[in-house]
Amino acid sequence: MISTTPPGDPFQHRDALSKAVGAERFSTDFSPPGCLWAGARRAGVPHARIKAVHTEEARAVDGVTAVLTGADVPGSNLQGIVHKDQPVLATDTVRHAGDAVALAVAESREALAEALALIRVDLEPLPGVFDPELALAPDAPLVHAGREGGNLLARGLVHKGDARKAMNSCDVVVEGEFETPMQEHVFLEPPSGAARMTAKGGLEMVASTQAPFRDRFEIAHALDLNPMSIRVRAPYLGGAFGGKDGATVQCLLALAALKSDGQWVKMCWSREETFLAGYKRHAARMRVRLGASRRGELQALDCSMYFDSGPYAHLAVEIMALGLEHAGGPYRIPHTRMEGFCVYTNNPVGGAFRGFGVVQASFAIERSMDALAARLGLDPAELRLKNALRTGELNCAGVAMQSPSGAVECLEAMMAHPVWADRSNWKAKAPPFKRRGVGIAASLNAMGYGRGLPDAAAAKLELTREGNFKIFNSVPDMGQGNAPAFVQLAATALNQEASRFEVVQPDTRLCLPAGSSSASRTTYTFGNALLKACEAMREKLKARAALALLADEPSRLRLAPGMVVDDATGRSVPLAMLGAMLQRDDRICVDQCVMPVVENPPDTGKEFRLGFPHRFFAHGACVCAVEADELTGQVALLECVTAVECGKVLSAQGVERQVQGAAAQGAGFALMENLSTEAGHILTGDLSTYLIPTALDLPGLEWVSVDGDEPTGPHGLKGMGEVGIHGPAPAVAQALEDAVGLAIRRVPVEPEDVLRAMRGENA
Amino acid sequence: MSTDITVTFTLNEARVSIETSPGRRVLDLLRGDLGLTAAKEGCGSGECGACSILVDGVAKLSCLMLVAQLEGREVVTAEGLGTVEHPHPIQQAFAQHGAVQCGYCTPGMTIASAELLARTSSPDRAQVREAISGNLCRCTGYVKIVDAVMAAAGAARGEDS
Ligand code: FES
Ligand code: FES
Repeated sequence: MISTTPPGDPFQHRDALSKAVGAERFSTDFSPPGCLWAGARRAGVPHARIKAVHTEEARAVDGVTAVLTGADVPGSNLQGIVHKDQPVLATDTVRHAGDAVALAVAESREALAEALALIRVDLEPLPGVFDPELALAPDAPLVHAGREGGNLLARGLVHKGDARKAMNSCDVVVEGEFETPMQEHVFLEPPSGAARMTAKGGLEMVASTQAPFRDRFEIAHALDLNPMSIRVRAPYLGGAFGGKDGATVQCLLALAALKSDGQWVKMCWSREETFLAGYKRHAARMRVRLGASRRGELQALDCSMYFDSGPYAHLAVEIMALGLEHAGGPYRIPHTRMEGFCVYTNNPVGGAFRGFGVVQASFAIERSMDALAARLGLDPAELRLKNALRTGELNCAGVAMQSPSGAVECLEAMMAHPVWADRSNWKAKAPPFKRRGVGIAASLNAMGYGRGLPDAAAAKLELTREGNFKIFNSVPDMGQGNAPAFVQLAATALNQEASRFEVVQPDTRLCLPAGSSSASRTTYTFGNALLKACEAMREKLKARAALALLADEPSRLRLAPGMVVDDATGRSVPLAMLGAMLQRDDRICVDQCVMPVVENPPDTGKEFRLGFPHRFFAHGACVCAVEADELTGQVALLECVTAVECGKVLSAQGVERQVQGAAAQGAGFALMENLSTEAGHILTGDLSTYLIPTALDLPGLEWVSVDGDEPTGPHGLKGMGEVGIHGPAPAVAQALEDAVGLAIRRVPVEPEDVLRAMRGENA
Repeated sequence: MSTDITVTFTLNEARVSIETSPGRRVLDLLRGDLGLTAAKEGCGSGECGACSILVDGVAKLSCLMLVAQLEGREVVTAEGLGTVEHPHPIQQAFAQHGAVQCGYCTPGMTIASAELLARTSSPDRAQVREAISGNLCRCTGYVKIVDAVMAAAGAARGEDS
């Protein structure tokens, strides 16, 4: 029997304590004695031809052991998770200001800094492109010269029925253009790692990474190494949120190690370097037409979405696919046409970020729903509820919601919540010079990779000689709490105390392969694999204990804390005895899980070989209450309540923590975060100019649990890392429209916009 | 290059005398030379609070302090607050109340909280928010951190959490 866990979660406690006292070693804390330091020289200009890189002066600095350029890179020099188009060190062209053009290695950070400052790069500036639509103009400068298709990285179309025809027969049609900016992850631990060549010619690496198993292939491809000679370890990450899904330090570090004669080399990006060179949530522009009947039944959606990929593909195509798949929100729309373009520009590189394309799409569809509600004179919550997808119905991509849909329940929970239900009262009590408003939004978020690649994980479980258990975790814990969740699953399955379990963090040599820590997939895939391994372990322990207990029917034995018991005789064998008795091979159980995919995929979205469509979705709804200051235009978020349905809730604290973290990032996205650029240069490139919420900027972030049940999930759970991020931006926008009549089409909302609206000028 | 000086101070209750260049950052001294990695570098420019330490009982950003400023002072890092075996009540409360996700901001948060509780034994939630507002956390949305500090304060006053 699984129960929800109150404060004092025993499964979570140990890891948390070691982090709280500062004993846990993150990748940044890994400093082998005498290690060298590596660092990259960044281009600093968004588009240029590289004429020469002068390294002589840097090489002459005392303590500098190597200064490398693109010419020193063995192998393809190209990285990229799906599309390999990003050089490790740029050789002939700079395509964004964060491109690395040289790599220095030195005995101290001081010598490294001096060397990096002395590397001179002769650049011939090239005209750049900084807007995804302008980049599609026939005469736009090319980001990748000579590339077939020009700056259009990919176009995708997902459709169902005949949206354009259906639109014509709608009673009402609303349309709008929406924009969302680049968002920076601001994981607190900057990208970092350490690497060395081993005596046997292998490469060993410790890195802050979401995908250690994939990193081996990335590094191997870029540097022409044997992937199986590469060992990657991922200790606990100091946050990631998608920003460490893909190579940050990995290939650069591997290159530095190749030239460092067996010595450890360490690399830690500064915060500014992280802003400059790290991946961002894609900026998007979306045009939406949404049509409905007079009674508010949605009939047709026609939209186009432009994603600014920056100069490299990274995950842009897959992110666009998810954006298109979610463009219709959690609603039933018979006719849809979603067209997407992801486009190369000379802006910073777009990448994965919690909500992976869905954050953008969700803002556009939710704002369109608000416009429709206003046009029809309907309550925005009622309009959503009327159209909410139910189990078995087709989503906007034409996929049946096979997995139970909690869209209706989430909305109903929010509509019943006092912040929504008593809003008129609350608004009427606004203090002087303040205006109040309340908004509601709904969302869904696919979990897992979707079709086109196996969404797999293999788990290994060992009974130690002492009679305890080791879980060999394959999917990094970036703070979402996998490790304690896995202990909870295993401890419950084996009827043991949590203290008997140790979780070995991902290590490609010790753990078995799994996909990345991303897409809200880890507890589902690794959790399922682990439960199967636990099942095997239980049967094995009973069978081996039967030998000691002379029990001819192992099935009558049962596991009790620390032992196997034969109730028929009252005798038992301690696990420690079994551990001492069994050979290592026999103490290990292994199993795997491959996530099921959509059985009859609709005949659309053919461009997307990977990651379309998805079968499982988590659902959410959110209510936000805001207060706008009439004098300053400042907006205070006073309430933010989120309902989430993510299957069965195993650990209430675990879900609540994820929802609160996601809501906080959504609130930042709504009201303050804007990675702004000018001609490819980042204007908000540090934490004093790019602001994220502090403890004074956020309200209580309440969570309302909506219990679901996913029959294929471990104990009925789905994934929930992402869905909580979608609500705040559209809910805050609706709340502001309610408060000051501002029709918000882009985030973050600026106080100037609010002031203008209150003066009667609409944005 | 400045010539080395000897700096003497108390670190987590032990006397430390170290010969070093006076212009180095305290954060590098702690993490590098002394191997105390609880204080983290999140920004290096005084914005995130991950590098917080207590200096004579006051929370300071060790990325903005120079080694020479430690002379004669009493320094406490998160390691000095407590250990896994003997955690400080604040550290215990952080772990128990779900205030730790990735944990990278946590040592700095516990330092800021410890300073607050040394000043005020019965803070309200607004005071806690104020006290930790110089420490960024990207994972938690702060709610459980505030819960943890309130619980630690309650426990220190002998109330059940
Ligand atoms: S590292 Fe010192 S404040 Fe961020
Ligand atoms: S727990 Fe990750 S930054 Fe606070």
